[in-house]
Amino acid sequence: MNCPCSSTERPVRSPVLKLWTAWVLALQFLRDGRGQTVTIMVGVAVGVAVVVFVSALIQGLQANIVQRTLGTQAHIRVLSPDELNLRPASPAGTLQLVWEDKRAQRRRSINNWQQVVATLDALQSVRAVSPVIAGPAFAGRGAALESVALTGIDLLRYQRIIPLSDYIKEGRARLEPGEAMIGSELATTLGLRVGDKLRLDTGRQNPAVVNVVAVFELGVRELDARNVYLGLKQAQALLSLPGGVTQLDLVVDDIFAADRIAQRIARLTALQAESWMEKNAQLMNALSAQSLSTNMIIVFVSLSVAFGIASVLSVSVVQRTREIGILRAMGAGRQQVLQVFLIQGALYGLIGALIGIAGAYVLVWVFNTFGPGLFYIPVPTTLVLFALALATVVGVLAAAVPARRAAMLDPVVAIRYV
Amino acid sequence: MSEMQDAVLRLAGLRKSYNEGRPNEAEVLHGLDLLIGRKDFAALIGPSGSGKSTLLNLIGLLDQPSAGELYLLGEPTRTMDDAGRTRLRGESIGFVFQFHHLIQAFSALDNVLMPLMLRHGRPSPGAVDRARGLLAAVGLEKFAQTRPNQLSGGQQQRVAIARALVTEPALLLADEPTGNLDTHTAAEVFELMRRFGREAGCAVLLVTHDPRLSAACDRTIDLVDGRIVSDTNSVA
Ligand SMILES: Nc1ncnc2c1ncn2[C@@H]1O[C@H](COP(=O)(O)OP(=O)(O)OP(=O)(O)O)[C@@H](O)[C@H]1O
Ligand SMILES: [Mg+2]
Repeated sequence: MNCPCSSTERPVRSPVLKLWTAWVLALQFLRDGRGQTVTIMVGVAVGVAVVVFVSALIQGLQANIVQRTLGTQAHIRVLSPDELNLRPASPAGTLQLVWEDKRAQRRRSINNWQQVVATLDALQSVRAVSPVIAGPAFAGRGAALESVALTGIDLLRYQRIIPLSDYIKEGRARLEPGEAMIGSELATTLGLRVGDKLRLDTGRQNPAVVNVVAVFELGVRELDARNVYLGLKQAQALLSLPGGVTQLDLVVDDIFAADRIAQRIARLTALQAESWMEKNAQLMNALSAQSLSTNMIIVFVSLSVAFGIASVLSVSVVQRTREIGILRAMGAGRQQVLQVFLIQGALYGLIGALIGIAGAYVLVWVFNTFGPGLFYIPVPTTLVLFALALATVVGVLAAAVPARRAAMLDPVVAIRYV
Repeated sequence: MSEMQDAVLRLAGLRKSYNEGRPNEAEVLHGLDLLIGRKDFAALIGPSGSGKSTLLNLIGLLDQPSAGELYLLGEPTRTMDDAGRTRLRGESIGFVFQFHHLIQAFSALDNVLMPLMLRHGRPSPGAVDRARGLLAAVGLEKFAQTRPNQLSGGQQQRVAIARALVTEPALLLADEPTGNLDTHTAAEVFELMRRFGREAGCAVLLVTHDPRLSAACDRTIDLVDGRIVSDTNSVA
């Protein structure tokens, strides 16, 4: 006969090993309470499906809007700083009251722009830089006259900001001296076609006559009615700024970092740098309002999922009171009882989320296939991982209160519970 | 002194009041002194309401005394925290309750394994063998995978006994283990406990209202109104 009191079992008491038991208990309890489990998981799944679908929809919509907006404009525009009035310094010890009018800003070249371009080219976050000279002019054909925005560009560099060749309606994207590309609206107004001549007058030099080599359509009326692209050299001559450029157009890798990058460039170069986000403040407002409402949906769905899980687990704790007491009598610690119910909460969240994500994929597929077809919504992997993590964390948090109640049960009272 | 060292359990002036600090406070156990040896097979008898279950809960470290001290395997337990009591309980106590308290979600075998799993996690093949052996010893090897609700009352109680013994406890506590069974089954279950007490060499303290069963025990402790009024040894 072996000694009764020296246990033959391994004396290991690793918490990890004990966690295995908590898992087994949690899984078995979930399987045992099948009705409850299925109900709450469907609830979680519906919540997660809504969150994932709405988030994907809004993200897809926003990406689409932003893409359309940025298709025809630079992410960041760098300009000369405004000229300020020059004032004599006030004598020491005096207080000076100044009433001044803002100075008229003449068209000036960016100082040392070649060097600035080289500096910006070297920046990690900047994908492309294009020097541009822009100024007003009249475009005429015969007696017809239209005011236009003369834009002198280096075509090769500018293509990386706005891919003009993608927007060509007629002709070919090229800008040799004496050639111009014009917008479709302007072409219609002036009755111009590729191969026709166009007179450009800036009021500073003798009017120039250029060949129309291409008609483009950016899809933005204002741009299509006013933009006239010339080679850099010719525009510089027409605007009386030989060798100068008035602005640098940039695109960056992370469009939503544009404002930060612009600030950095402004500090770096002592020039004005304006991001698309500032220029499209209204759009940004709309986008952030949308994001806010998506976040609200996420918060409220999470809350109701949390309350659902918490109430199901509370009922489950009550139903299992006696079993909890038995487990305690058999040597289960409070920690273990706590774990059993936390794991149940986590599993409600996780498994519900898996089902919900599958549901969201179906919804997105239906939308993409049978929806209005205005744009395509992708389901980003980050969103899926986020939903899984969120649901699991919500499950654990929701389980905290009932799990604690279970752990704190008095074993004597629990065992006698019927 | 050798007797003391040989003790599984020693009570010294143990008192228990319910609803302490409240107007309905009532002392149920009035200073008990008791010594249970390693091989005792003792019956705890007494009228209803005399405090037998209360005492068993205290001994099993499920509840805490109001005063006095309770030594389990020589360890004083009154100032132990919950984790300490849980550890000591898991190591040295086996419980059998009146209503075969099995966990319905688990098979008979898993119920028997549960105390080991709670202490060590995933059971080793050796542990599973041991649990199967115990089920066989209580005559239920065929029911290893059966859920408790498909077992008869007597069968369930036998599973509970196997479960209580799987950790090789030093002390087996049974609160009216046969109270819910017919005479014949009750005798069977009693015999099992008796046999295991001898074979495993653990002390047994068993609450019963059945005079035939208490007469069959080596020792009878009579508790009346929270006081031990007699403690007789029937084996010389
Ligand atoms: N949780 C409790 N709160 C207050 N009083 C209690 C509690 N549990 C038991 N009592 C009281 O303690 C006394 C002893 O109860 P206990 O259950 O220990 O008796 P018992 O000897 O086991 O009786 P029975 O043979 O009927 O099972 C009783 O008077 C009972 O009313
Ligand atoms: Mg009782």
